[in-house]
Amino acid sequence: MAEPPVLPDKAPEPRRRLLSAGARGSLLSILRMAAALAVPIIGFLLLWLTFNFLRDSDANRLLVAVVAIVVGVGGIWLLYWGMDLLVSTVLPARIRESVRPAVFVGPALVILAVYLIYPAINTTILAFKDAKGENWASQGGLGNFIDIFTNSETLVAIRNSLLWVVIVPAASVIIGLAFATLTDKLGRRTESTAKSMIFLPMAISLVGASIVWGFVYSFRSAGFGEQIGLLNGIWTGMGNKPVAWLLQEPWNNLYLMVILIWLQTGFAMVILSAAIKSVPEDLLEAARIDGASEWKVFTRVVLPSIASTVVVVVTTITIVVWKVFDIVFVMTGGRFNTSVVAQRMVKEFFTFRNDGVGAALAVILFIAVIPMMVVNVRKFRQQEETR
Amino acid sequence: MTATTAPAPARSGSRRHRRLSWLTDHWLVKFVVLLIVILWLIPTVGLLITSFRPTDDINATGWWTVFPHMFDKATWTISNYDAVLSRQGFGNAFLNSLAVTIPSTVIPITIAAFAAYAFAWMEFKGRHVLFVVVVGLLVVPLQMALIPILRLYTSGAEVFGVTIFPDLDLNGTYLAVWLAHTGFGLPLAVYLLRNYIGSLPSSIIESARIDGADHFKIFTRLIIPLSVPVLASFAIFQFLWVWNDLLVALIFLGGEPQNRVLTQALMELNASRGNEWQLLTAGAFISMTLPLAVFFSLQRYFVRGLTAGSVKG
Repeated sequence: MAEPPVLPDKAPEPRRRLLSAGARGSLLSILRMAAALAVPIIGFLLLWLTFNFLRDSDANRLLVAVVAIVVGVGGIWLLYWGMDLLVSTVLPARIRESVRPAVFVGPALVILAVYLIYPAINTTILAFKDAKGENWASQGGLGNFIDIFTNSETLVAIRNSLLWVVIVPAASVIIGLAFATLTDKLGRRTESTAKSMIFLPMAISLVGASIVWGFVYSFRSAGFGEQIGLLNGIWTGMGNKPVAWLLQEPWNNLYLMVILIWLQTGFAMVILSAAIKSVPEDLLEAARIDGASEWKVFTRVVLPSIASTVVVVVTTITIVVWKVFDIVFVMTGGRFNTSVVAQRMVKEFFTFRNDGVGAALAVILFIAVIPMMVVNVRKFRQQEETR
Repeated sequence: MTATTAPAPARSGSRRHRRLSWLTDHWLVKFVVLLIVILWLIPTVGLLITSFRPTDDINATGWWTVFPHMFDKATWTISNYDAVLSRQGFGNAFLNSLAVTIPSTVIPITIAAFAAYAFAWMEFKGRHVLFVVVVGLLVVPLQMALIPILRLYTSGAEVFGVTIFPDLDLNGTYLAVWLAHTGFGLPLAVYLLRNYIGSLPSSIIESARIDGADHFKIFTRLIIPLSVPVLASFAIFQFLWVWNDLLVALIFLGGEPQNRVLTQALMELNASRGNEWQLLTAGAFISMTLPLAVFFSLQRYFVRGLTAGSVKG
């Protein structure tokens, strides 16, 4: 990406050079480090003290919520303001400017270290340890992975995840692409209204979506009253017996996937629609003059020009699919052979209290997601460069 | 994936439109589009209608039977919402969701904006390496962090007998959830904001420096106002991400009924009263109100934010 020019710091160069020599230089870096560490610690303590007060009070929820919001939002700004003030007043002028970057970057680095770097390392280590994370796992540490790939239940979860990863991105992209292509041929206002209707589910939580579809799939045994679920309503209306859709193995996996397809199609549609619109009009016109049919124009001209966007949409949805937990957790809890890796991981961790296997599943997830992420970040950088 | 791709550019739209007028009028295109739209909306419409029907009616007939007597007063009721908000604790859950979501949005944006400014406009050692590390952290999935963070929260951390992370008993507090969401949202936020802030014209910042403004002043008076579009996009993305999150809340906020957020409340309602659709539909709709309001009022930023969020780890 393009590097913006860096401002020369106002501190005069010669004096800084003088300082960075010898013992004074090391003193400087110690001070810099101390400042970088002090920033987040002070802020954290402040927040924590208020929180002890909040947690122990049985005050009205509205009051608690308002105080929490004010403390959270105000606290973070106060933290930076206070640190900057401290640097500007307490520190001697000659090192002020070299400490200031630590105030700006320090908190971000500390939070990332605690919440991402340390856990990633720790989870990787735990994956090779036993259920409590105390001793190394059996089989020279590989016990958890061997368990995962031999236990029939975890194998089902892996099989299902692979099915999800193939079916959901493919279906979302195909429907999204079809919809984007079709609406492109409509008037502007119709197009944007139709698109926002498809995009709307993206705003809904996976739990909410699960309830929405749980109602569509709801089932009553024959003789226990009318069917109130839409699908069974249609199904029995056609003269069939009611079906408990979520118990139909292995099709129940597909019924759960429908929920995520319903959510992700809007995303695919929006991105692909923008890509389709950026295909140069001349190219399309030239193809049409050569006598190509609309279908040929689509497959020979449009599709190749948007291929890289399709790849990114597929990888992005694939990442979402690998990490999907809520749908299975809410709809079936993983019963009836519907579990997936991300949901199974939480179950191993919380229900079975097996940190080792849970961490091993997280590592498997991590490895599965890396290639997708690399594709995405690379594409993102290309886009930023051409902007 | 970025702001550049998200909003549908209007250019060439009308020309294309005219050229293809034979297709525009084609009933088949319109019919298929309409069919897909209806298919996509029906589940939500069914939920919405059901949430306003009396319990006995819901259990007696399907929601699609309401249309013949739509204008009959007895067809509709708001008692389901009353029941869910007061007796099922959705009112409290809504407040908790706000208390979790608003700081979980503002904190990462603030931290990321300061860091992004430093990465773009301040000179310090290791600036490029650090930025690459931050971006690299995009690949770490949330799931990788759950177990170690929970262990930190419940028992702290020691290295060679020295406490490096004290046992603060953080689990079950808002702070625990805010910081977790902050950590998981930071790489993306720093990345997006750095790209945007770095592309601001250097002349503005230089002239501010000549006028004697220090970094903090430049940041608060210049950079923040100039970065509103990208801040808004990320804010909406993060807001919806946190609002709709179940996993982080479930693990770090814990099971105490008074603390739970909307997604937890909905999940528990589904687990304990999975057949009481009068409650489930109303509860689900309550959880959707705010996201839908955001969606309809800020659609442009919304699409931008969600598409930019596609690289979130």
